[in-house]
Amino acid sequence: MSATMKSLAVAGAIAAAMSAPATSANAASKEKCYGVSLAGKNDCAAGPGTTCAGTSVNDYQGNSWTLVDAGTCETMELPNAADGSKRTGSLEALTRDVPS
Amino acid sequence: MTSLDTFRMGLLDPGYPVPKGLENGTRQAAGNRYDVYRNNVTHSLIAALRTAFPLVYKILGGKSFDTLAPAFVRAHPPRSPLMMHYGAEFPQFLADMPELSKFGYLADCAKLDLAFRASYHAADTVPIDPTVLQSLPLDVLMQERMLLAASTRILRSNWPIFDIWRFNNVADAPKPTPQAQDVLITRPEFDPQPYLLPMGAAFWLNRLGMGDTFEQAYDAALAATPEFDLSKSLIVAFQSAAFCKVQGF
Repeated sequence: MSATMKSLAVAGAIAAAMSAPATSANAASKEKCYGVSLAGKNDCAAGPGTTCAGTSVNDYQGNSWTLVDAGTCETMELPNAADGSKRTGSLEALTRDVPS
Repeated sequence: MTSLDTFRMGLLDPGYPVPKGLENGTRQAAGNRYDVYRNNVTHSLIAALRTAFPLVYKILGGKSFDTLAPAFVRAHPPRSPLMMHYGAEFPQFLADMPELSKFGYLADCAKLDLAFRASYHAADTVPIDPTVLQSLPLDVLMQERMLLAASTRILRSNWPIFDIWRFNNVADAPKPTPQAQDVLITRPEFDPQPYLLPMGAAFWLNRLGMGDTFEQAYDAALAATPEFDLSKSLIVAFQSAAFCKVQGF
């Protein structure tokens, strides 16, 4: 391939890659959502010797998170708490439903 | 031999006698208490192995996994107290098991589990803004060296390893069909994510990772794989935030 041909090919490839929707729409596709995981089902891929994945004790534990599609966390429907108060997911850790 | 060595000899060998002179709290021979202790050692290592290899565990099922785990943990006790890195020898162990010869992909599944964990524990890096590449004059870019994010791991497989991962982790993912697949793992946000690499891209990324210039890596990738598609490969690299900066920027 001649130098000019190669330059053209590379320039074309970069331009095509830049215009791909996946590249420009680089916004966060997932968000950490607190207070929505069932007991023992919280996310984390840290591996053994760490105290993280699957360690939540309560359903909807406020300080445990799960990755969810961005924008869905705070609108997720959750069952009401035992005292009848409404539960919602949160982008920040919560104090409700934490183990005593 | 120190008494600690004697104590350790039997920890991973249930047939080894209880060390002489080992006493319980009331100065009686330790007896069964040593057996309880060494059972706990093996059991905790098996539990660590389960956490460490979620994909292998899922494919094999709990019963089969727990059947082969004792042999592994006794042959390969951890060499570091950092348990999050445990199990480096597991892929080879699975590949060498005659009983598993029909499941050739298992060793690569174990490698994928290891790659996910390594990526998880890698240092944070700031991805480049892809527009930087476009803003450079082409002759300058051709001589640039790309830096791969610390969380980047590349796994080349003769098996449909990406589809196997998806089938076991994503609801309604299609059943894997026989094909070789290369996977890129990075941590673009919080947790490691797998990306299916187009043909030749694994080789290209590895060359960039070894310090090739943009031009050298491109030439080498085309020579190795005539179907190499720079555009498709760049899209995956940008999506996955695999480039953390262009040197000098």
